[in-house]
Amino acid sequence: MKILVCITNVPDTTAKISFTDNDTRFNKNGVQYIIGPYDDYALARGVELREASGGSLTVLNVGESDSEPQIRKALAIGADEAIRVNAEPTDSYFVASQIAHIASQNKYDLILMGRESLDFNSGVVHGLVGEMLGIPSYSPVMQLDVTEGKAEFAREIDGGKEHLVASLPLVLGCQEPIAEWKIPNMRGIMTARTKPLTVVEPVDVDTMVTLEKYIQPAPKGACKMIPADEAEQLITLLKTEAKVL
Amino acid sequence: MSVLIFVELDQGSIKKTSQEAIYYGGKVAESLNTGATVLAIGNADEINLQVAGHFGAQKVLHVTESKLSHENSLAYADTLVQAVQQEGSTVIVMAKSGLGDAVAARAAAKLKASVVSGVTSLPDLSNGFKVERSIYTGKAFAIVDIKSDIKILAIKKNALEVVETDQIALVESFAPTLRDSDFAATVTNTEKASSELSLNEADIIVSGGRGMKGPENWDPLLELAHALGAATGCSKPVSDLDWRPHHEHIGQTGIKVAPNLYIACGISGAIQHLAGVNGSKCIVVINKDPEAPFFKAADYGIVGDVFDILPRLTQAVEASK
Ligand SMILES: Cc1cc2nc3c(=O)[nH]c(=O)nc-3n(C[C@H](O)[C@H](O)[C@H](O)COP(=O)(O)OP(=O)(O)OC[C@H]3O[C@@H](n4cnc5c(N)ncnc54)[C@H](O)[C@@H]3O)c2cc1C
Repeated sequence: MKILVCITNVPDTTAKISFTDNDTRFNKNGVQYIIGPYDDYALARGVELREASGGSLTVLNVGESDSEPQIRKALAIGADEAIRVNAEPTDSYFVASQIAHIASQNKYDLILMGRESLDFNSGVVHGLVGEMLGIPSYSPVMQLDVTEGKAEFAREIDGGKEHLVASLPLVLGCQEPIAEWKIPNMRGIMTARTKPLTVVEPVDVDTMVTLEKYIQPAPKGACKMIPADEAEQLITLLKTEAKVL
Repeated sequence: MSVLIFVELDQGSIKKTSQEAIYYGGKVAESLNTGATVLAIGNADEINLQVAGHFGAQKVLHVTESKLSHENSLAYADTLVQAVQQEGSTVIVMAKSGLGDAVAARAAAKLKASVVSGVTSLPDLSNGFKVERSIYTGKAFAIVDIKSDIKILAIKKNALEVVETDQIALVESFAPTLRDSDFAATVTNTEKASSELSLNEADIIVSGGRGMKGPENWDPLLELAHALGAATGCSKPVSDLDWRPHHEHIGQTGIKVAPNLYIACGISGAIQHLAGVNGSKCIVVINKDPEAPFFKAADYGIVGDVFDILPRLTQAVEASK
């Protein structure tokens, strides 16, 4: 089985978000970058499936050279090779077009990625890629097994879970608990250095959306404390003051 | 050239988040001097669809094809594209949700359209097509200018204050041509708590963390939720430990919610949990640790033991009814 796992390079979940250049650029200063947490789930399950069934696992990132530490980490976790499309990931359509272009040249059986990225939270790249390739896409997938070209998987729906069966190829947006995140071991880190990382230039895509400005939310007002022995007061305040009951 | 709004139904009625999407679409249609048409897929009585008029739509295209009774984002996207072609729409609106995102994505690739997800404002049309959207899991916003001819907007819950009228919409049936490839996957089983209020739709959420100490202690929380007509949620460790089902898990890696009222019981307020609730209008925190970080994000706080406070709040709610 040939597996492609797409990863994003995003600020660590605890990073403080700020902007520079008149609020037109994300301030990378002092921010640590990580593999998108949802992508980490996709990668972990991808590695398990590849170990069970043989074949190959390629990891793909659309990003600039500062993504390479995260790509090397994915190689250390168990990917066999990596491709980086050398471009700033501007919007979902652009990223999906790059992924679809690479995928159309390589006939992957399974394309896995996280359900959404942690920066723009759009949750549409898997669907775009699926449609661009003319193959089905499903998300958010929380369970996945593959036997003889058939995938059995479960996805989260409003208030529950749906189990599905479909033939490969498929594009799946993943989330927990599809697998436990994997931590690279020393051997993985050593071999990652020698695994191939190919850098390719992007294909042209029309600009769909441009960014005008970032905005920081207004700071939160102080919290009104209600003494525990007068807790019942809360209900009155929610009715009369906050007007949410 | 009407604005097309894709809505989701829940037991034959238009979901609340979709009502907000209709209102949004109606307002955009007004600015563009055109009409607003709703696309509704699934069983519903005509009278429940005419209600789309209350929120600003003139027309509803109703698809009753039985093959679409299961949520199917591939076939829904195909149907949406055919409705867009019939109506000549260049602006498509839907609620931000798991289904909304999936349908938006497939339709966008078919239409060469952009998708802007998590939209929080009406567009500024004075110079381009500019909207504000939520990014970094609610930690910031961005104003973007949409350049593509066809624009798909997925609207974040509670972005606008909906004003209802007594207008009703005309309901027409719509029969899409479906492709076999849209039915590539077979649904083998669905596990769904049908009686539960969905977190995405709920106006009030009562949520519990590890401070609830164990699954056997959830009754006081469920009782308060019941009294308030609220949905219930939880923090990640709670669902990891199987104290509560995974679909209740709220936060950065769980569901993002934006209710009017979020009551957090025994949840510390780690940044990853906050990221899922920062769209809430009003946050109440009950925690025995006065230093719990959640108090910094809260509107109302009570320092106390959940097992003492929760039953008293339930009583107060019952007494005030
Ligand atoms: C990449 C990543 C993603 C994550 N995503 C999420 C996410 O989506 N959602 C999420 O929730 N977490 C997420 N987490 C985990 C998060 O960091 C916290 O560990 C988690 O939110 C803590 O849950 P908690 O507050 O229930 O438990 P704890 O941190 O154990 O806090 C329990 C709280 O209960 C209080 N308490 C105890 N007993 C009582 C009592 N009797 N009465 C009142 N209060 C009491 C304590 O004072 C404490 O504040 C993520 C972590 C990572 C690394």
